[in-house]
Amino acid sequence: MLNVENINCFYGRTQVLRDFSLSVEAGRILCVMGRNGAGKTTALKSIMGLVRPRNGRVVINGTDIAALQAEEAPRHGIGYVPQGRRLFSELTVADNLEIGLMARGSGGDVRERALDFFPVLRERLTQRAGTLSGGEQQMLAIARALCLDPTVLLLDEPTEGLMPAMIARIREVVLNLKNQGVAVVLVELRIDAVLQVADQVLFVENGRSRDTVNAATLRESPEMLDRYLGVGH
Amino acid sequence: MRSRWVNKATALHLGVIAVLFALQFVLPDYHHVNLARVMVLASFAMGYNIAFGYTGLLSLGHAMFFAAGLYAAGLMALFAGVGAGGGLLLGVIAGLVVAAAVGCLALRTTGVSFMIVTLMFAQAAFLATFYFGEYTRGDEGFVIPSNLRSLFGLSLVEPTTRYFVALTLFSLCMAVSFAIARSSMGRVLAAIRENEERTRMLGYNVFLYKLVALVISGAISGAVGAAYGMLFGYVGATFASIQYSILPLLWVLMGGAATVLGPFVGTLLMFYLVDISSGFTSANMLIVGLALIGLILFFPKGILGTLRERAAPWLP
Repeated sequence: MLNVENINCFYGRTQVLRDFSLSVEAGRILCVMGRNGAGKTTALKSIMGLVRPRNGRVVINGTDIAALQAEEAPRHGIGYVPQGRRLFSELTVADNLEIGLMARGSGGDVRERALDFFPVLRERLTQRAGTLSGGEQQMLAIARALCLDPTVLLLDEPTEGLMPAMIARIREVVLNLKNQGVAVVLVELRIDAVLQVADQVLFVENGRSRDTVNAATLRESPEMLDRYLGVGH
Repeated sequence: MRSRWVNKATALHLGVIAVLFALQFVLPDYHHVNLARVMVLASFAMGYNIAFGYTGLLSLGHAMFFAAGLYAAGLMALFAGVGAGGGLLLGVIAGLVVAAAVGCLALRTTGVSFMIVTLMFAQAAFLATFYFGEYTRGDEGFVIPSNLRSLFGLSLVEPTTRYFVALTLFSLCMAVSFAIARSSMGRVLAAIRENEERTRMLGYNVFLYKLVALVISGAISGAVGAAYGMLFGYVGATFASIQYSILPLLWVLMGGAATVLGPFVGTLLMFYLVDISSGFTSANMLIVGLALIGLILFFPKGILGTLRERAAPWLP
């Protein structure tokens, strides 16, 4: 489904990703973990084409998209929910979703499916996105990405700053998407959240992808986390 | 609810046109001419609003698009005997071509750089009107012969015809603005204004959308420039100066950016603020400045922008 193979990315002269690789299949959830500044967000941006890899490949469904412009990534089935939501806050909820739909020419059924995941948004369609609560904004950010009808969904810290009930709802949605065959790449700092949803966990250190470990193994041997993330994580 | 909002908005805009149509029969001569001028200048502001209000392109070069239309119509009238109809068409083409050419280069920049690049192009165009003074007569300008200022056999020198043409132009610009605000394209432009990178990540070619918005804006500005020349008969370098890039920005900010009627409200307000205050003192711009500060304090998003936020969310 999605294979990132040995990419190297730079911000100016500073190298932020070094021979970074990851792989995720349809209907699987890969969590990317690592300390602050390890390169997790840059990895997602490089998949989207927002940070262009100097070499290596980003292959989705057999097509290398590493050299494409960022606006072309959604056409290959990638949906991205960036850190901090980044909604169009002056536009209404309906317009935010509409922009997602128009981008891929998706129909009303895709919109309905996205809204089925977050029924509360139905009651807010005419409300400005900027006036939603933090949790509702996150729901809208994910719903808008779902309007692209993605086969791969990239989520960058979707539970950041949310209350437990909202985190549980988002976890439910991610698991639901997995069951529908969507491949999910999740950047997350909360270990409990990761262990509840992930099939695999990729550890990132100083811009390098280290080991990919089965989440089940980590659940059974949580002491392994110390090795990758340090004492007290 | 959405369709109810659209109906309400359509009714309001048609109502404004109807009121403007009716006003010509009751206004004294002085205000009759003024209102025709306001409608033409408001059309320019509406064109500017498509770039600035809807797309977030803060251009300081719109005088160049206005002047492109003005000079295209004026020079062709003067040297080739082209009439008002041909002049208006040439104005649209001139504005469109100049905006496309400038846009291709200037839109490679954003924010402050975009302002500076558009300003530089506009200043170059302004200086060109002096450089080619042999034809343009520079600062002094020239008058378009009255016999060429007619449309479908109707003389534009005649106040009633002039008012009607100004109203038609105004209505057309309003219709374009309204259609864009309600269209899918309008939503994408608003998304670009809000967050360019996010719009790109959703799969939109942001450069292309911005270019299209600037070209539409430039074409309207060019058309208005040509209409101004034909309706009021004068073509001069002043219209290519930075003042005519700042004024539409001010009108749009006063009335409410990204609202269809805001540019009209802003233009009307500013025009009469200057007009009335000049009757009291020669330091009238001081009064205007104070009034504008007061306005910004109470209407931070412009008059209609603030009204939309506080009481009328249906306002396009």
